[in-house]
Amino acid sequence: MTLSYRDVVSEAKRHIREIEPDELASRLGHFVLVDVREADEHSQGAIPGSVLAPRGLLESVISAHVSDPDAGLVVYCAGGARSALAALTLQGMGYRNVWSLEGGFSRWKREGLAWRAPETLTSDQRVRYSRHLLLPEVGEEGQIRLLESKVALVGAGGLGSPAAIYLAAAGVGTLGIIDDDVVDATNLQRQVLHNLDRLGVPKVESARETLTALNPDTKVVAHNVRLVADNVLEILGEYDLVVDGGDNFPTRYLVNDASLHLRKPVVHGSIFRFDGQVTVFDPYDGPCYRCLFPEPPPPELAPSCAEAGVLGVLPGIIGSIQAIETIKVLLGVGESLVGRLLTYDSLTEEFGTLRVRRDPGCPACGDPDRPPRLIDYDDACVYRGPGERSG
Amino acid sequence: MAATVRIPTSLRGLTDGNREVEVTHGPVAEVIGDLVERFPRLGERLVDEGGSPRRFVNIFVADEDIRFLDGVDTVVDDGVVVTILPAVAGG
Repeated sequence: MTLSYRDVVSEAKRHIREIEPDELASRLGHFVLVDVREADEHSQGAIPGSVLAPRGLLESVISAHVSDPDAGLVVYCAGGARSALAALTLQGMGYRNVWSLEGGFSRWKREGLAWRAPETLTSDQRVRYSRHLLLPEVGEEGQIRLLESKVALVGAGGLGSPAAIYLAAAGVGTLGIIDDDVVDATNLQRQVLHNLDRLGVPKVESARETLTALNPDTKVVAHNVRLVADNVLEILGEYDLVVDGGDNFPTRYLVNDASLHLRKPVVHGSIFRFDGQVTVFDPYDGPCYRCLFPEPPPPELAPSCAEAGVLGVLPGIIGSIQAIETIKVLLGVGESLVGRLLTYDSLTEEFGTLRVRRDPGCPACGDPDRPPRLIDYDDACVYRGPGERSG
Repeated sequence: MAATVRIPTSLRGLTDGNREVEVTHGPVAEVIGDLVERFPRLGERLVDEGGSPRRFVNIFVADEDIRFLDGVDTVVDDGVVVTILPAVAGG
Protein backbone atom coordinates (compact mmCIF):
# COMPACT_ATOMS: atom_id res chain seq x y z
CA MET A 1 0.00 0.00 0.00
CA THR A 2 1.23 3.47 -0.81
CA LEU A 3 0.44 6.77 0.85
CA SER A 4 -1.28 9.56 -1.09
CA TYR A 5 0.22 13.04 -1.35
CA ARG A 6 -2.38 14.22 1.14
CA ASP A 7 -1.37 11.48 3.57
CA VAL A 8 2.31 12.45 3.28
CA VAL A 9 1.54 16.10 3.91
CA SER A 10 -0.73 15.28 6.88
CA GLU A 11 1.97 13.07 8.33
CA ALA A 12 4.54 15.86 7.88
CA LYS A 13 2.27 18.34 9.61
CA ARG A 14 2.17 16.11 12.69
CA HIS A 15 5.92 16.60 13.07
CA ILE A 16 6.30 20.29 12.34
CA ARG A 17 5.00 23.57 13.66
CA GLU A 18 2.80 25.95 11.68
CA ILE A 19 2.43 29.67 12.06
CA GLU A 20 -0.65 31.78 11.29
CA PRO A 21 -0.24 34.60 8.75
CA ASP A 22 -1.21 37.37 11.18
CA GLU A 23 1.20 36.11 13.81
CA LEU A 24 4.03 36.01 11.26
CA ALA A 25 3.10 39.51 10.05
CA SER A 26 3.40 40.88 13.56
CA ARG A 27 6.85 39.34 14.09
CA LEU A 28 8.32 39.54 10.59
CA GLY A 29 11.72 40.82 11.71
CA HIS A 30 12.28 37.74 13.87
CA PHE A 31 12.38 35.22 11.05
CA VAL A 32 14.25 34.34 7.91
CA LEU A 33 11.52 33.79 5.32
CA VAL A 34 12.14 31.04 2.82
CA ASP A 35 9.94 30.70 -0.25
CA VAL A 36 10.09 27.06 -1.34
CA ARG A 37 7.98 27.56 -4.46
CA GLU A 38 9.46 27.53 -7.95
CA ALA A 39 11.22 30.61 -9.36
CA ASP A 40 8.34 31.50 -11.68
CA GLU A 41 5.86 31.45 -8.80
CA HIS A 42 8.18 33.55 -6.63
CA SER A 43 8.59 36.11 -9.39
CA GLN A 44 4.81 36.56 -9.59
CA GLY A 45 4.79 37.93 -6.06
CA ALA A 46 6.26 37.06 -2.70
CA ILE A 47 6.42 38.11 0.95
CA PRO A 48 8.88 41.05 1.14
CA GLY A 49 12.35 40.05 2.29
CA SER A 50 11.90 36.36 1.61
CA VAL A 51 14.59 34.32 -0.07
CA LEU A 52 13.87 31.85 -2.82
CA ALA A 53 14.90 28.23 -2.24
CA PRO A 54 12.75 25.98 -4.45
CA ARG A 55 11.94 22.73 -2.68
CA GLY A 56 13.88 20.70 -5.21
CA LEU A 57 17.05 22.64 -4.36
CA LEU A 58 16.32 23.26 -0.69
CA GLU A 59 18.93 20.97 0.86
CA SER A 60 21.71 22.28 -1.38
CA VAL A 61 21.03 26.00 -1.13
CA ILE A 62 19.65 26.59 2.35
CA SER A 63 23.04 26.93 4.03
CA ALA A 64 23.85 29.86 1.74
CA HIS A 65 20.89 31.71 3.24
CA VAL A 66 20.89 30.45 6.82
CA SER A 67 23.94 29.08 8.61
CA ASP A 68 22.71 29.30 12.21
CA PRO A 69 20.76 26.14 13.16
CA ASP A 70 18.96 28.13 15.88
CA ALA A 71 17.76 30.88 13.52
CA GLY A 72 14.00 31.30 13.31
CA LEU A 73 12.91 30.06 9.90
CA VAL A 74 9.50 30.32 8.28
CA VAL A 75 9.04 28.41 5.06
CA TYR A 76 6.12 29.02 2.78
CA CYS A 77 4.69 27.85 -0.50
CA ALA A 78 1.41 28.54 -2.29
CA GLY A 79 -0.96 26.66 0.02
CA GLY A 80 1.05 25.25 2.91
CA ALA A 81 1.62 21.69 1.69
CA ARG A 82 5.04 21.85 0.08
CA SER A 83 6.25 24.07 2.92
CA ALA A 84 5.18 21.43 5.46
CA LEU A 85 7.36 18.88 3.68
CA ALA A 86 10.17 21.45 3.41
CA ALA A 87 9.93 22.23 7.13
CA LEU A 88 10.27 18.51 7.91
CA THR A 89 13.35 18.34 5.69
CA LEU A 90 14.93 21.37 7.39
CA GLN A 91 14.27 19.87 10.82
CA GLY A 92 15.95 16.72 9.61
CA MET A 93 18.96 18.82 8.55
CA GLY A 94 19.31 20.14 12.08
CA TYR A 95 17.43 23.45 11.95
CA ARG A 96 15.68 23.66 15.28
CA ASN A 97 13.29 26.60 14.90
CA VAL A 98 11.30 25.99 11.74
CA TRP A 99 7.69 26.90 11.05
CA SER A 100 5.53 26.39 7.98
CA LEU A 101 3.20 29.22 6.99
CA GLU A 102 -0.38 28.00 7.47
CA GLY A 103 -2.32 28.38 4.22
CA GLY A 104 0.78 29.59 2.38
CA PHE A 105 1.12 32.69 0.24
CA SER A 106 -2.49 32.40 -1.04
CA ARG A 107 -3.90 32.83 2.44
CA TRP A 108 -1.31 35.54 3.23
CA LYS A 109 -2.58 37.57 0.25
CA ARG A 110 -6.24 36.79 1.03
CA GLU A 111 -5.81 38.26 4.47
CA GLY A 112 -4.58 41.50 2.95
CA LEU A 113 -1.03 41.27 4.29
CA ALA A 114 1.81 43.08 2.52
CA TRP A 115 3.40 41.36 -0.45
CA ARG A 116 5.89 42.36 -3.09
CA ALA A 117 4.43 42.79 -6.53
CA PRO A 118 6.17 40.85 -9.24
CA GLU A 119 9.50 42.26 -10.35
CA THR A 120 10.80 39.97 -12.93
CA LEU A 121 13.66 39.67 -15.30
CA THR A 122 12.88 39.61 -18.99
CA SER A 123 13.65 36.44 -20.88
CA ASP A 124 16.72 38.15 -22.38
CA GLN A 125 17.89 39.08 -18.90
CA ARG A 126 17.40 35.51 -17.70
CA VAL A 127 19.80 34.41 -20.39
CA ARG A 128 22.30 37.26 -19.92
CA TYR A 129 22.50 36.83 -16.16
CA SER A 130 21.99 33.06 -16.04
CA ARG A 131 25.38 32.45 -14.38
CA HIS A 132 24.41 34.89 -11.63
CA LEU A 133 20.97 33.35 -11.24
CA LEU A 134 22.63 30.00 -10.54
CA LEU A 135 24.42 31.47 -7.51
CA PRO A 136 22.19 31.39 -4.42
CA GLU A 137 24.13 34.43 -3.15
CA VAL A 138 22.89 36.44 -6.13
CA GLY A 139 19.83 34.75 -7.59
CA GLU A 140 16.90 36.60 -9.09
CA GLU A 141 16.46 38.89 -6.12
CA GLY A 142 20.13 39.85 -6.10
CA GLN A 143 20.16 40.41 -9.83
CA ILE A 144 17.14 42.69 -9.55
CA ARG A 145 18.92 44.54 -6.76
CA LEU A 146 21.96 45.05 -9.00
CA LEU A 147 19.71 46.31 -11.79
CA GLU A 148 18.20 48.81 -9.36
CA SER A 149 21.60 49.94 -8.01
CA LYS A 150 23.32 53.21 -8.83
CA VAL A 151 27.09 53.37 -8.68
CA ALA A 152 29.31 56.42 -9.19
CA LEU A 153 32.77 55.94 -10.64
CA VAL A 154 35.28 58.67 -9.94
CA GLY A 155 37.59 58.50 -12.95
CA ALA A 156 37.23 56.67 -16.26
CA GLY A 157 40.91 55.83 -16.39
CA GLY A 158 42.99 52.82 -15.45
CA LEU A 159 40.92 51.70 -12.46
CA GLY A 160 37.57 53.04 -13.66
CA SER A 161 37.84 51.13 -16.94
CA PRO A 162 37.80 47.53 -15.66
CA ALA A 163 35.53 48.46 -12.74
CA ALA A 164 32.94 50.03 -15.07
CA ILE A 165 33.13 47.24 -17.62
CA TYR A 166 32.57 44.50 -15.04
CA LEU A 167 29.85 46.42 -13.22
CA ALA A 168 28.01 47.02 -16.50
CA ALA A 169 28.45 43.38 -17.48
CA ALA A 170 27.09 42.36 -14.06
CA GLY A 171 23.96 44.38 -14.70
CA VAL A 172 24.38 47.31 -12.34
CA GLY A 173 21.50 49.47 -13.51
CA THR A 174 23.02 52.94 -13.35
CA LEU A 175 26.67 53.88 -13.66
CA GLY A 176 27.62 57.53 -13.21
CA ILE A 177 31.02 58.19 -14.74
CA ILE A 178 32.82 61.31 -13.49
CA ASP A 179 35.84 62.52 -15.47
CA ASP A 180 36.70 65.80 -17.18
CA ASP A 181 39.52 64.45 -19.34
CA VAL A 182 39.65 63.42 -23.00
CA VAL A 183 41.09 60.20 -24.38
CA ASP A 184 44.72 60.42 -25.48
CA ALA A 185 47.04 57.83 -26.96
CA THR A 186 49.01 57.32 -23.74
CA ASN A 187 45.81 56.12 -22.02
CA LEU A 188 45.34 53.07 -24.24
CA GLN A 189 48.13 51.04 -22.59
CA ARG A 190 45.74 50.44 -19.64
CA GLN A 191 42.40 52.27 -19.97
CA VAL A 192 40.44 49.53 -21.70
CA LEU A 193 37.20 51.51 -21.92
CA HIS A 194 38.70 53.58 -24.74
CA ASN A 195 40.13 52.91 -28.18
CA LEU A 196 41.95 54.52 -31.09
CA ASP A 197 38.76 55.84 -32.68
CA ARG A 198 38.03 57.90 -29.58
CA LEU A 199 41.23 59.97 -29.33
CA GLY A 200 40.24 63.49 -28.30
CA VAL A 201 36.74 62.38 -27.24
CA PRO A 202 35.66 63.07 -23.65
CA LYS A 203 36.37 59.95 -21.59
CA VAL A 204 32.83 59.91 -20.23
CA GLU A 205 31.42 59.77 -23.76
CA SER A 206 33.85 57.05 -24.78
CA ALA A 207 32.89 55.13 -21.62
CA ARG A 208 29.20 55.45 -22.41
CA GLU A 209 29.70 54.03 -25.91
CA THR A 210 31.67 51.04 -24.65
CA LEU A 211 29.38 50.26 -21.74
CA THR A 212 26.04 50.59 -23.52
CA ALA A 213 27.35 48.42 -26.36
CA LEU A 214 28.22 45.79 -23.74
CA ASN A 215 24.96 45.97 -21.81
CA PRO A 216 21.95 48.06 -22.80
CA ASP A 217 20.43 47.37 -19.35
CA THR A 218 22.98 49.76 -17.85
CA LYS A 219 22.12 53.43 -17.94
CA VAL A 220 25.34 55.41 -18.18
CA VAL A 221 25.26 58.95 -16.83
CA ALA A 222 28.18 61.03 -18.11
CA HIS A 223 29.49 63.71 -15.72
CA ASN A 224 32.08 65.56 -17.79
CA VAL A 225 33.32 67.64 -14.87
CA ARG A 226 36.02 67.65 -12.22
CA LEU A 227 34.70 66.96 -8.73
CA VAL A 228 34.98 70.09 -6.60
CA ALA A 229 33.57 71.17 -3.25
CA ASP A 230 30.65 72.90 -4.98
CA ASN A 231 29.40 69.93 -7.00
CA VAL A 232 30.55 66.83 -5.13
CA LEU A 233 27.48 66.36 -2.91
CA GLU A 234 25.03 66.95 -5.72
CA ILE A 235 26.76 64.47 -8.04
CA LEU A 236 27.64 61.69 -5.59
CA GLY A 237 24.31 62.13 -3.79
CA GLU A 238 22.58 60.54 -6.79
CA TYR A 239 24.27 57.20 -6.19
CA ASP A 240 24.27 54.34 -3.67
CA LEU A 241 28.03 53.80 -3.62
CA VAL A 242 31.20 55.43 -4.94
CA VAL A 243 34.07 53.64 -6.67
CA ASP A 244 37.14 55.84 -6.23
CA GLY A 245 39.55 55.41 -9.10
CA GLY A 246 40.77 59.00 -9.14
CA ASP A 247 44.33 59.96 -9.99
CA ASN A 248 45.18 62.62 -7.42
CA PHE A 249 45.16 63.18 -3.68
CA PRO A 250 42.96 66.34 -3.54
CA THR A 251 40.06 64.52 -5.26
CA ARG A 252 40.48 61.47 -3.03
CA TYR A 253 40.30 63.54 0.16
CA LEU A 254 37.31 65.46 -1.23
CA VAL A 255 35.49 62.21 -2.11
CA ASN A 256 36.19 60.97 1.41
CA ASP A 257 34.77 64.13 3.00
CA ALA A 258 31.68 63.99 0.78
CA SER A 259 31.10 60.32 1.58
CA LEU A 260 30.98 61.24 5.27
CA HIS A 261 28.27 63.83 4.56
CA LEU A 262 26.31 61.42 2.39
CA ARG A 263 27.07 58.32 4.49
CA LYS A 264 27.75 56.33 1.36
CA PRO A 265 30.43 53.66 1.09
CA VAL A 266 33.54 54.25 -1.00
CA VAL A 267 35.32 51.37 -2.70
CA HIS A 268 38.84 52.70 -2.86
CA GLY A 269 41.59 51.60 -5.23
CA SER A 270 44.94 53.18 -5.99
CA ILE A 271 47.97 52.18 -8.01
CA PHE A 272 51.56 53.26 -8.51
CA ARG A 273 54.15 51.63 -10.77
CA PHE A 274 53.84 47.94 -9.77
CA ASP A 275 51.86 48.24 -6.52
CA GLY A 276 48.15 48.48 -5.82
CA GLN A 277 45.90 48.98 -2.81
CA VAL A 278 42.19 48.29 -2.33
CA THR A 279 39.88 48.86 0.63
CA VAL A 280 36.29 49.83 1.44
CA PHE A 281 35.45 52.87 3.54
CA ASP A 282 32.04 52.63 5.24
CA PRO A 283 31.35 56.02 6.83
CA TYR A 284 31.34 55.90 10.64
CA ASP A 285 31.15 52.10 10.64
CA GLY A 286 34.79 51.75 9.73
CA PRO A 287 37.86 53.86 9.13
CA CYS A 288 37.85 56.63 6.52
CA TYR A 289 40.58 57.58 4.06
CA ARG A 290 41.98 60.18 6.45
CA CYS A 291 42.14 57.60 9.29
CA LEU A 292 44.40 55.56 7.00
CA PHE A 293 46.42 58.42 5.52
CA PRO A 294 46.21 61.54 7.70
CA GLU A 295 48.24 63.44 5.09
CA PRO A 296 49.40 62.76 1.55
CA PRO A 297 53.10 62.86 0.78
CA PRO A 298 54.41 66.15 -0.61
CA PRO A 299 54.26 66.19 -4.43
CA GLU A 300 58.04 65.87 -4.81
CA LEU A 301 57.88 62.53 -2.98
CA ALA A 302 54.73 61.29 -4.71
CA PRO A 303 55.16 61.51 -8.46
CA SER A 304 52.04 60.70 -10.45
CA CYS A 305 51.75 57.72 -12.78
CA ALA A 306 52.27 60.21 -15.64
CA GLU A 307 55.67 61.00 -14.18
CA ALA A 308 56.71 57.67 -12.71
CA GLY A 309 54.90 55.13 -14.88
CA VAL A 310 52.51 52.31 -14.12
CA LEU A 311 52.32 48.75 -15.35
CA GLY A 312 49.36 48.65 -17.74
CA VAL A 313 47.78 45.45 -16.44
CA LEU A 314 47.99 46.53 -12.79
CA PRO A 315 44.78 48.62 -12.81
CA GLY A 316 43.08 45.64 -14.46
CA ILE A 317 43.69 43.66 -11.27
CA ILE A 318 42.94 46.43 -8.78
CA GLY A 319 39.91 47.86 -10.65
CA SER A 320 38.45 44.36 -10.98
CA ILE A 321 38.78 43.80 -7.24
CA GLN A 322 37.00 47.12 -6.74
CA ALA A 323 34.16 45.79 -8.91
CA ILE A 324 33.96 42.64 -6.79
CA GLU A 325 33.84 44.65 -3.56
CA THR A 326 31.14 46.88 -5.07
CA ILE A 327 28.92 43.93 -5.95
CA LYS A 328 29.47 42.38 -2.50
CA VAL A 329 28.47 45.61 -0.78
CA LEU A 330 25.41 46.07 -3.03
CA LEU A 331 24.24 42.50 -2.42
CA GLY A 332 25.29 42.34 1.23
CA VAL A 333 27.21 39.10 0.71
CA GLY A 334 30.59 37.94 1.94
CA GLU A 335 33.06 39.98 3.97
CA SER A 336 33.95 43.31 2.48
CA LEU A 337 37.34 44.98 2.85
CA VAL A 338 36.01 47.41 5.47
CA GLY A 339 38.83 47.73 8.02
CA ARG A 340 41.31 45.89 5.82
CA LEU A 341 43.64 47.16 3.13
CA LEU A 342 44.49 44.66 0.44
CA THR A 343 47.96 45.29 -0.97
CA TYR A 344 49.24 43.85 -4.23
CA ASP A 345 52.84 43.71 -5.40
CA SER A 346 52.84 42.64 -9.04
CA LEU A 347 56.62 42.14 -9.17
CA THR A 348 56.60 39.49 -6.47
CA GLU A 349 52.99 38.48 -7.23
CA GLU A 350 52.07 38.81 -3.58
CA PHE A 351 48.87 39.96 -1.94
CA GLY A 352 48.82 41.12 1.68
CA THR A 353 46.19 42.40 4.08
CA LEU A 354 46.84 45.15 6.59
CA ARG A 355 44.50 46.09 9.44
CA VAL A 356 43.06 49.60 9.10
CA ARG A 357 41.52 51.10 12.21
CA ARG A 358 39.15 53.98 12.71
CA ASP A 359 41.04 56.83 14.36
CA PRO A 360 38.94 58.28 17.22
CA GLY A 361 40.83 61.56 16.76
CA CYS A 362 40.37 61.67 12.97
CA PRO A 363 39.71 65.28 11.91
CA ALA A 364 37.36 64.02 9.18
CA CYS A 365 35.26 61.26 10.79
CA GLY A 366 36.02 61.64 14.51
CA ASP A 367 32.66 63.30 15.20
CA PRO A 368 29.67 61.79 13.34
CA ASP A 369 27.63 64.92 14.06
CA ARG A 370 30.17 67.19 12.38
CA PRO A 371 31.27 65.89 9.00
CA PRO A 372 34.16 67.89 7.54
CA ARG A 373 33.53 71.17 5.76
CA LEU A 374 33.90 70.63 2.04
CA ILE A 375 36.89 72.48 0.63
CA ASP A 376 38.91 72.26 -2.55
CA TYR A 377 42.22 70.94 -1.32
CA ASP A 378 45.59 71.93 -2.65
CA ASP A 379 48.37 69.37 -2.89
CA ALA A 380 48.86 69.35 0.89
CA CYS A 381 45.22 68.24 1.48
CA VAL A 382 45.35 69.57 5.04
CA TYR A 383 42.04 69.77 6.87
CA ARG A 384 42.24 72.31 9.68
CA GLY A 385 38.74 71.78 11.06
CA PRO A 386 35.24 73.05 10.48
CA GLY A 387 36.28 76.72 10.85
CA GLU A 388 38.56 76.66 7.82
CA ARG A 389 37.60 78.92 4.93
CA SER A 390 37.39 77.29 1.56
CA GLY A 391 40.26 78.27 -0.69
CA MET B 1 68.04 37.29 15.46
CA ALA B 2 66.21 39.48 13.02
CA ALA B 3 63.00 40.94 11.74
CA THR B 4 62.14 41.73 8.14
CA VAL B 5 61.15 45.08 6.66
CA ARG B 6 59.15 44.93 3.42
CA ILE B 7 60.00 47.76 1.07
CA PRO B 8 57.31 48.88 -1.42
CA THR B 9 58.39 48.87 -5.06
CA SER B 10 58.33 52.67 -5.18
CA LEU B 11 61.07 52.87 -2.53
CA ARG B 12 63.23 49.96 -3.65
CA GLY B 13 65.46 52.33 -5.59
CA LEU B 14 66.60 53.56 -2.19
CA THR B 15 67.43 50.08 -0.85
CA ASP B 16 69.65 48.92 -3.70
CA GLY B 17 66.62 47.19 -5.19
CA ASN B 18 66.02 45.00 -2.13
CA ARG B 19 62.37 44.18 -1.54
CA GLU B 20 63.06 42.96 1.97
CA VAL B 21 65.69 44.14 4.40
CA GLU B 22 66.72 42.15 7.45
CA VAL B 23 66.99 44.28 10.57
CA THR B 24 67.77 43.67 14.23
CA HIS B 25 64.55 43.16 16.14
CA GLY B 26 63.62 45.63 18.85
CA PRO B 27 61.52 48.81 19.10
CA VAL B 28 60.40 50.39 15.81
CA ALA B 29 62.62 53.41 16.55
CA GLU B 30 65.67 51.15 16.54
CA VAL B 31 64.52 49.31 13.44
CA ILE B 32 64.19 52.66 11.65
CA GLY B 33 67.58 53.75 13.02
CA ASP B 34 69.11 50.60 11.57
CA LEU B 35 67.48 51.30 8.18
CA VAL B 36 68.54 54.96 8.18
CA GLU B 37 72.13 54.03 8.88
CA ARG B 38 72.30 51.54 6.06
CA PHE B 39 70.09 53.40 3.56
CA PRO B 40 70.32 57.11 4.35
CA ARG B 41 68.10 58.16 1.43
CA LEU B 42 65.34 55.78 2.56
CA GLY B 43 65.66 57.26 6.04
CA GLU B 44 64.84 60.73 4.74
CA ARG B 45 61.59 59.38 3.35
CA LEU B 46 60.57 57.65 6.56
CA VAL B 47 61.42 60.06 9.33
CA ASP B 48 61.80 63.80 9.85
CA GLU B 49 64.90 65.55 11.18
CA GLY B 50 63.85 64.67 14.72
CA GLY B 51 63.59 60.98 13.88
CA SER B 52 59.77 60.79 14.07
CA PRO B 53 57.93 58.89 11.35
CA ARG B 54 56.53 61.24 8.71
CA ARG B 55 52.78 61.77 8.79
CA PHE B 56 52.34 60.37 5.31
CA VAL B 57 54.21 57.12 5.94
CA ASN B 58 52.41 54.22 7.55
CA ILE B 59 54.44 51.58 9.32
CA PHE B 60 52.77 48.28 10.11
CA VAL B 61 54.14 45.70 12.52
CA ALA B 62 52.63 42.29 11.91
CA ASP B 63 49.86 43.93 9.82
CA GLU B 64 48.91 46.45 12.56
CA ASP B 65 49.53 50.20 12.14
CA ILE B 66 52.00 51.36 14.81
CA ARG B 67 49.88 54.51 15.30
CA PHE B 68 47.35 52.20 16.98
CA LEU B 69 50.03 50.28 18.88
CA ASP B 70 52.83 52.05 20.76
CA GLY B 71 54.14 54.21 17.92
CA VAL B 72 57.91 54.02 17.55
CA ASP B 73 58.08 52.22 20.89
CA THR B 74 56.20 49.25 19.40
CA VAL B 75 58.42 46.24 19.81
CA VAL B 76 59.21 44.25 16.71
CA ASP B 77 59.74 40.69 17.80
CA ASP B 78 62.11 38.27 16.21
CA GLY B 79 60.75 36.99 12.91
CA VAL B 80 58.04 39.63 12.63
CA VAL B 81 57.44 41.45 9.35
CA VAL B 82 57.39 45.25 9.23
CA THR B 83 55.56 46.78 6.26
CA ILE B 84 56.12 50.29 4.99
CA LEU B 85 52.99 51.57 3.26
CA PRO B 86 53.15 54.73 1.19
CA ALA B 87 49.97 56.57 0.21
CA VAL B 88 49.59 56.36 -3.55
CA ALA B 89 46.99 58.19 -5.59
CA GLY B 90 47.32 56.76 -9.09
CA GLY B 91 44.23 55.55 -10.85
